[in-house]
Amino acid sequence: MNRKKEGIAGLMFAAPWLFGICAFMFYPLLMSIYYSFCDYSVLRPPVWIGTANYVDLFHDEVFWKSVGNTILYACVSLPLGMMFGVGLAMLLNSNVKGMAIYRTIFFIPSLVPMISLAVLWLWMLNGDYGILNTGLQSIFHIKGPNWLSDPTWSKPALILMSVWGVGNAMLIYLASLQDVPTSLLEAAELDGAKAWQKTVHVTLPMISPVIQFNMVMGIIGSLQVFAIPYVMFPGGSPARSAYFYATYLYDNAFLYSKMGYASAMGWILFLVILILTLGALKLSNKHVHYGGA
Amino acid sequence: MFKLNDFLIPGLVAVVATALVCSEIRADKSDPPGPVRVSVWVGWAGFELEGFQAVVRDYNKSQNHTFVDLLSISGNGTKTLVSASAGIPPEISLLGGPEMLQFASAGALMPLDDVYRETGIKKEDYVPAYWDLLSYNGKTWAWASTPATIALHYNTEILKKAGFDKPPETIEEMDKMMDKITVLKEGRMKMSGFIPGEPGWWNWCYMPYFGGKLWDGDSKITANDKDNIRAMTWIQSISKKFGASQMSSFKGGFGNFASPQNAFLDGKVAMEIQGVWMYNFINKYAPKLPWSAVAFPYPSDRPDLKGHTIVDQDIFVLLKGCKHPKEAIEFMTYVQSQPVMEKLCLSHQKTTPLRNKTPEFWAKHKNPAIRLFDDMAYSKNAFSAPRLPIWPEYEAELRNAFDEITLVAKTPTEALNTVNSRMQPKLDRFNQILKLRKEAGL
Repeated sequence: MNRKKEGIAGLMFAAPWLFGICAFMFYPLLMSIYYSFCDYSVLRPPVWIGTANYVDLFHDEVFWKSVGNTILYACVSLPLGMMFGVGLAMLLNSNVKGMAIYRTIFFIPSLVPMISLAVLWLWMLNGDYGILNTGLQSIFHIKGPNWLSDPTWSKPALILMSVWGVGNAMLIYLASLQDVPTSLLEAAELDGAKAWQKTVHVTLPMISPVIQFNMVMGIIGSLQVFAIPYVMFPGGSPARSAYFYATYLYDNAFLYSKMGYASAMGWILFLVILILTLGALKLSNKHVHYGGA
Repeated sequence: MFKLNDFLIPGLVAVVATALVCSEIRADKSDPPGPVRVSVWVGWAGFELEGFQAVVRDYNKSQNHTFVDLLSISGNGTKTLVSASAGIPPEISLLGGPEMLQFASAGALMPLDDVYRETGIKKEDYVPAYWDLLSYNGKTWAWASTPATIALHYNTEILKKAGFDKPPETIEEMDKMMDKITVLKEGRMKMSGFIPGEPGWWNWCYMPYFGGKLWDGDSKITANDKDNIRAMTWIQSISKKFGASQMSSFKGGFGNFASPQNAFLDGKVAMEIQGVWMYNFINKYAPKLPWSAVAFPYPSDRPDLKGHTIVDQDIFVLLKGCKHPKEAIEFMTYVQSQPVMEKLCLSHQKTTPLRNKTPEFWAKHKNPAIRLFDDMAYSKNAFSAPRLPIWPEYEAELRNAFDEITLVAKTPTEALNTVNSRMQPKLDRFNQILKLRKEAGL
């Protein structure tokens, strides 16, 4: 069989996938650009309205409120999650008896389905009977806040919950920590480096590609936060303090039948994530060390 | 070395071939032998679904030319939206009132005026308030199902202990009861007479309860109408009196609606706005609860508002482009018949949307307040959510304003002015697009 025929055969085998990606990825993607310039309710043919959706978005207070909430959530939950992830991975990388059990314990929460997690936390964060406030009261004699019904505390509650799911990232950090050459750590030790110096100057640079990867994934994930706030804070209540970008996008698309407006929101989110990801990659490239490079 | 052109044409051929195969499969629309299958999608679950399942079972047994395929799914409105846009809708879907307006205004439903004429079902057969929910823009778009009215449910024992033999008739009487019943201890609320945001399903209803209007019926949003502001001022006065933080903290401790920890069933809240269905939950989770129901109080200076209530119902619609409209109409005509409708409504422990009820219906009904709920639908002050396709968005705005008002974050005037300034351009845009579509023939 010549190479041309091989190519055709290969493409034939890949045809279902090619069809899938064209029909379910590229086509909707391209159409959503068009719809973002239309009034489109899904049930009726779109009507071209130019840039009206984009202009409306920039004058939409709820849009800006959701942007603000999302940025605040991402700015706090992302670094917090990374710090916890790296910290836990370092602790779980030490040589202690029963380490496999500890690792399992810290990983298990990330396996809980999101909706179950939301329901579980609804009870844990309950202002009067929740385990969190009961603990604060009995241990520290502090009256805990109304996590779920006070606009000031709804976002901190969600940020706190986000830390619960660091298990996946922790596992990736742990794998990379085990790949840090012991020779480098020994060399640093011979040069008189203390534990902190070894961490900062050897361990962290060696796992920096993994940190970078988790950061990029974290940026994408935190800007698209949806399921948990959607279940725990219907309509972003109280007073839209927990109304996030993806929730507003969903409401526009499926509740208000404004698919054109939602498409415009989708493209803005895409561009923001793209810029932030490229920026993060560019910035962190200076600090990322690749062993093979 | 491979060149792009080597792959381009075969690749495109492969994609087109796969598409053709798939479309061929899709194009095979012939029905399998046997009875015609009619798809009916509902969002009901639990006892409501069981009641409808029994109706469907009876129908499937009663004849052999049609088989009704019943699907119960959470988020039925969204599923129907997606299937209708894909051109493969079910025959019948059970939608909420505002959803029906969206579907009807988008031309996704089949108008039923001719169907009603042909099947002999008349407007006069129905309670007017329920019939109105089936129509939009001068056309009838739906069939009725199990309707509901809303009333103030109250715990007779708590009221009695507080020295009240009768439920409140006016807002002022209700205020006095709240003062007496509500218990605040060490900065915490232990019991409440009434929490306006519980259960929080109709936070906008207080405005019509005070005589307010939410739009002028045409092109003007009137969220900041003076009666609406008055209603929300009353709501805010409750927060100010008992403490916004205390109330939200207390509310945060309530259990799920369908559970024995429901605040009203648990005796934590003495009075609560609820629908006719509440009896089912009382019966299941707190059968010994001493309760009754009454129309929500009115301001003492507005006796003309006495007996007000919200009327609502899920409604069956016939989707445009469905495969078997004729058989679907036959099934729906069966559902609308008096014996079947009474059976369905009894299973939901609701009243029926039909004017005539058999003595057996009343005799078999277990809800002790069913006559009240039935009568309220005839009240001149019965109202429904505004018949606006943009209502879901409007309601979200009102819910947010309600939050801000109860948290005393904004004055009622500020909050409702914001709603007005946000919603008026949206209604203008909606009407403008409607005009554009009409001109373009879309």
